[in-house]
Amino acid sequence: MARRRLIALLFAAGSLLGIGLYARRGRKQERVDLYFADGSMVSVEDDSPQAARLMPLAREAIRAAQS
Amino acid sequence: MTQDETALAELTEISSQVEAAVLFDRDGSVAASTLPDERSAQLASSARALFEAAEQMRDGELTQLEAATGKGSLFVVREGDRLIAAVAGPEPTAGLVFYDLRSSLRRAAEREKPKPKPKSKPKRTKTSGSS
Repeated sequence: MARRRLIALLFAAGSLLGIGLYARRGRKQERVDLYFADGSMVSVEDDSPQAARLMPLAREAIRAAQS
Repeated sequence: MTQDETALAELTEISSQVEAAVLFDRDGSVAASTLPDERSAQLASSARALFEAAEQMRDGELTQLEAATGKGSLFVVREGDRLIAAVAGPEPTAGLVFYDLRSSLRRAAEREKPKPKPKSKPKRTKTSGSS
């Protein structure tokens, strides 16, 4: 009986983990990629402090084009 | 239609991913756009501000950027004193869009240059020398 419960618990935990990972994968990552003349590239991810300055400007520009 | 407008018209014809584009100078003045005036100015202003803010993040010459959001992507490419900003839908093929934008900027720049006059052939002078 205890073994069945453990299996059911593991199955439920695994399902929750799978749902979480799937949702995370489906979410589109917002970022700004910067390309420099020397060939280097810097990617500023949405959760970084630098993105707080860049992303609102990007959203504003896209809104202007799509409105 | 100006030369800049022709370059943008060709861009939207070639690239199916580009929804809107604006060609502008470093001072923010719009040279050509696929959008109405007010929205062109807004797009150019935001794209210029973004490019300038990005330039301050690191030493080195920034040549192009892509900002990806859930609603679409913004591309800004600089060539000399000219910039082009374009908006594409979500998850575009960035390499192709950058290539098309840079080609468009170069086409606009080439058209601005006056064509060199063909060199006139030096006149042959008949020499009636006695050798």
